[in-house]
Amino acid sequence: MADKILQVAHLEKYYQKRHVLYDINFSVDKGEVVTLLGPSGSGKSTLIRCLNGLEPYQNGTITFEEETVTPTEKNWQQIRQKIGMVFQSYDLFPNLTVIDNILLGPTKVQKQSKDAARAEAVKLLKRVGLEDYADSYPRMLSGGQKQRIAIVRALALHPDFMLFDEVTASLDPEMVRGVLNIIKDLANTDNMTMIVVTHEMNFAQEIADRVLFLENGKILEQTPSKQFFEKPQTDRAQEFLDSMDF
Amino acid sequence: MAHSGINVLFEGTNFTRLLGGLWVTVKIAAVALILGLILGIVLGVLRTFKSRLLRLVLRLYLEFFRIVPTVVLLFLFYYILPKQMNFNLPADQLATLVFALWVGAEMSDIVRGALISVPKHQRESGLAIGLNRYQLYRYVLIPQAITLEIPATINLATRVIKTTSLLMLISVMDVINIGQQIIEANNHTHPTGVFWVYGLIFLFYFLIDYPLSWWAKRLEKRRLARANG
Repeated sequence: MADKILQVAHLEKYYQKRHVLYDINFSVDKGEVVTLLGPSGSGKSTLIRCLNGLEPYQNGTITFEEETVTPTEKNWQQIRQKIGMVFQSYDLFPNLTVIDNILLGPTKVQKQSKDAARAEAVKLLKRVGLEDYADSYPRMLSGGQKQRIAIVRALALHPDFMLFDEVTASLDPEMVRGVLNIIKDLANTDNMTMIVVTHEMNFAQEIADRVLFLENGKILEQTPSKQFFEKPQTDRAQEFLDSMDF
Repeated sequence: MAHSGINVLFEGTNFTRLLGGLWVTVKIAAVALILGLILGIVLGVLRTFKSRLLRLVLRLYLEFFRIVPTVVLLFLFYYILPKQMNFNLPADQLATLVFALWVGAEMSDIVRGALISVPKHQRESGLAIGLNRYQLYRYVLIPQAITLEIPATINLATRVIKTTSLLMLISVMDVINIGQQIIEANNHTHPTGVFWVYGLIFLFYFLIDYPLSWWAKRLEKRRLARANG
């Protein structure tokens, strides 16, 4: 039996009075790639943001690497070092160079030595084809390049688990492929465990082991990827796939 | 030019005395600005925290220093505090303190404004790589806030320098006070001296403030060019 890296049980979330996540239950095995699909406003981003403590939740438990998370700021701060997250809006820190963006976590949070962290960062930059940009400032980069750096910044902390929140949604179409290839490479080569929120159905199909389909804050189905894209269990998911021209 | 009033500036040690007065002015403004900036950054950061009580207290502090005219503050500290609380300082140090507290108050508002206008995603990206609150402010939020707030800070500095002209009211020997003394002492021999002395003081203030305000404009222009380009 595979190790469970993450378990979510009976998670409920409200924004003030509005109920946005209902009784969310799922788990992720080590090395597994789970994609969250669903229409806009279904709660995908909210859910993924709950998983590293950026959104508080009102009920339920998150268990990460066998330990139930006590949702305090201090606790989350520890856990976030093991959970890399990349956002839609590729927010590099504009006041720092590319390399300093990447080194901030390893040197300040994890107190790694600067030289070792730097060597590692350069290796990661090479991997995404941006080693020439180490000393550039983010404003000199394109959206696709920034997003690749943001992925490197998350990887530099040696996370056990990655969260990707619609990372290609605000990129120019020709930039999308490069970013998706990096994620795919992470899944295939590094066997990285990840949860991916995306609207790119082809990509989801290529990369996912399992699909969670959300609508209106509920998980309507959890289906192995192959089966989901051939014949989902619910009519609603079928409708969704049809509407995406898939 | 035997009867030209301009000579009043160069009679005896008049000119060096005026320069000395200018130095007092500049020193008080500079020390007050440095202390006030530090205080303002700390208070500005605290004002972005969640605690309502803390925010209320700091808000009251800001409003007090903003609403009460600077003259009244100076009098309050110069005449009332020593009597009521046995709090005694030489006039120039007292003036520095009042100005520093004022700068701190104004600065806290500038810093807070700049901090909350750093995009929310920056904060989240910082948290996502495991930064704690101190590190988040130190490496991500404050550096970005500073570039936003520099022009406003320089403008505040020019205001502070101008406002030092009130210091004569609590008998600080600043440039205006000394100018006044020179005018009175030479009134008989140089009846037009008043124009020359105040003219020179005008020039002094202009030479300090104008480059500052020019600098602020230039920085703001550059920041906008960078933000939009």
